[in-house]
Amino acid sequence: MALVQNLPTTRFGRMRAAGDRSALGRLVIATLALVLVFVSLFSLTTGASDASVADLIRASFSEDAVISARDRVIIYEIRLPRIVLGILIGAALAVSGAVMQGLFRNPLADPGLVGVSAGAGLGAISIIVLGGTALGPVVALFGIYALPLAAFCGGLATTLLLYKVATRRGQTSVATMLLAGIALGALAGAFSGVLVYMANDNQLRDLTFWGLGSLAGATWAKIAAAGPIIVLALLAAPFLAKGLNALALGEAAANHLGVPVQRLKNTAIVAVAAAVGASVAVSGGIGFIGIVVPHLLRLSIGPDHRYLLPASALLGASLLLLADAVSRTIVAPAELPIGIVTAAVGAPFFLWILLRRRGVLDL
Amino acid sequence: MIEAKNVRVSLGGRQILYGIDFAARAGEVTAIVGPNGSGKSTFLKALSGDLRSTGEIVIAGRDLKIMKPWQAAGLRAVLPQQTVLSFPFTVREILRLGLLGGRSGVPVRDLETLPERALTKVDLAGFAGRYYQELSGGEQQRVQLARVLCQVWQPVVDGTSRFLFLDEPVSSLDVKHQLVIMEIARDYARRGGGVIAVLHDLNLTAMFADEVMMVHEGRVAAVGSPAAVLTDTTIERVFDCRLRVGRTPRSGVPFVLPQSVA
Repeated sequence: MALVQNLPTTRFGRMRAAGDRSALGRLVIATLALVLVFVSLFSLTTGASDASVADLIRASFSEDAVISARDRVIIYEIRLPRIVLGILIGAALAVSGAVMQGLFRNPLADPGLVGVSAGAGLGAISIIVLGGTALGPVVALFGIYALPLAAFCGGLATTLLLYKVATRRGQTSVATMLLAGIALGALAGAFSGVLVYMANDNQLRDLTFWGLGSLAGATWAKIAAAGPIIVLALLAAPFLAKGLNALALGEAAANHLGVPVQRLKNTAIVAVAAAVGASVAVSGGIGFIGIVVPHLLRLSIGPDHRYLLPASALLGASLLLLADAVSRTIVAPAELPIGIVTAAVGAPFFLWILLRRRGVLDL
Repeated sequence: MIEAKNVRVSLGGRQILYGIDFAARAGEVTAIVGPNGSGKSTFLKALSGDLRSTGEIVIAGRDLKIMKPWQAAGLRAVLPQQTVLSFPFTVREILRLGLLGGRSGVPVRDLETLPERALTKVDLAGFAGRYYQELSGGEQQRVQLARVLCQVWQPVVDGTSRFLFLDEPVSSLDVKHQLVIMEIARDYARRGGGVIAVLHDLNLTAMFADEVMMVHEGRVAAVGSPAAVLTDTTIERVFDCRLRVGRTPRSGVPFVLPQSVA
């Protein structure tokens, strides 16, 4: 608390008022933006091959330096799309976590924990397994967008159901939400199991790798499919910020403050489903980014969504890129699926939050 | 002016309000009293637009049902009985939520200092940097009142009077702060705004209310000035408790002591 009360004088000599963390929020966002730039550059220069970005830049500005076609391909076609995808998905997962937590008014809501990712996964698996047969027309109609769209629909259905079950008269019960999430996740898992059972050998290999969560298959085509959906969802986030702040007081109080609560909830649910759906479609289940990132940020800049949402996007992107770097190097030359890395770090973190907050949960 | 005609509310198939007619004027503190479960908080929730109700509710000449949330937010602010926060907001951040709609009615240059002024009003000067969740129940209730005041700081804006809806505003306060809060309500009314307060304390009601509506089993049992409503017969009938209403020697304000039970 001392931290909040004695905020330092800013460089402009103006004393920040007590309890005002907006300057800190802006500082953290600027810092995280810089961090993301460095992490991206670091990611671009590390990998199994020794292709160097410095060489590439030199080659594009000067006639003398030559860069091999192989290195050019490695940087432009392998590393760069992987970084872009990592940034998009890290931002999408962290922001959807923060938005869900604001919507459900509790810090334990996470798309992965409450079945939204499983629902999105079911949508994606349907396309992978049935895309050549029963769902052929869908694939023919939507092309590369069929997979992220199906995942979006699965995520949307789960989120809507979850909200219906867990919220009574504008109040959300944490226990009901987590338990309903388990049930919905299990249900989606059961249907997914049926589809996996029906899959042929080729599809099975795709499914296994996809299910563990990985950025390994990043291509510009995948970015073209999932990118626009994720970007749209992220663009909606700033419009949700003030409303989510008011929602912390409860639905009725938010309404009294002039927030169109129903519209806010609808937008938030669609944005979460879109971001999670598109992410799951291209990279499988990458867990815990959505719960770790907003929680860490709330500890430093507080729960104001005007700062929390952009900061979550930046930190989520950086953390996922770092996790990806770990997954690429820890068992090199092989690769560990990134979902394993994020779960190995995220699950203990989640337990830690549970222990810290046990007193205030109605569990 | 707020007018309600024949307001009926049913919750879960059970009827709570059986056609309430009600009016609250600007410049007055209107108290809603009644026993537990009589429907007074339900009625305030219907007025606030939280509950689906039949009948007619008109605020400043406009039908509440067709009003957008942000339009209603410029005409009235609502203090709930209790607010549970899920995230660690500071007191200042809570008060800023009151400024969300931008209808406080103060010049932009004064907005920055409005939280401090509101906190001073509710006797919590210097609390802006504290975490809301670390405060006591009574302090939290006063922070919420300060937030509500921020929302409609000026009682009159563009010739339209605004209202405070207070649901048991003094329920968890010590006696000093009960008086502080009721003085704020009275002051708001004196300056041209309106106040509708659900109150449990009949003595504070007698002291501060200009108009009282007594609710009993979902119906209006009595309405009028405190002296007219707080009588032996009404209280015995509504509260099922034989109390004798006293009068203060000088001003004749009614008071009710539990010791007077017959």
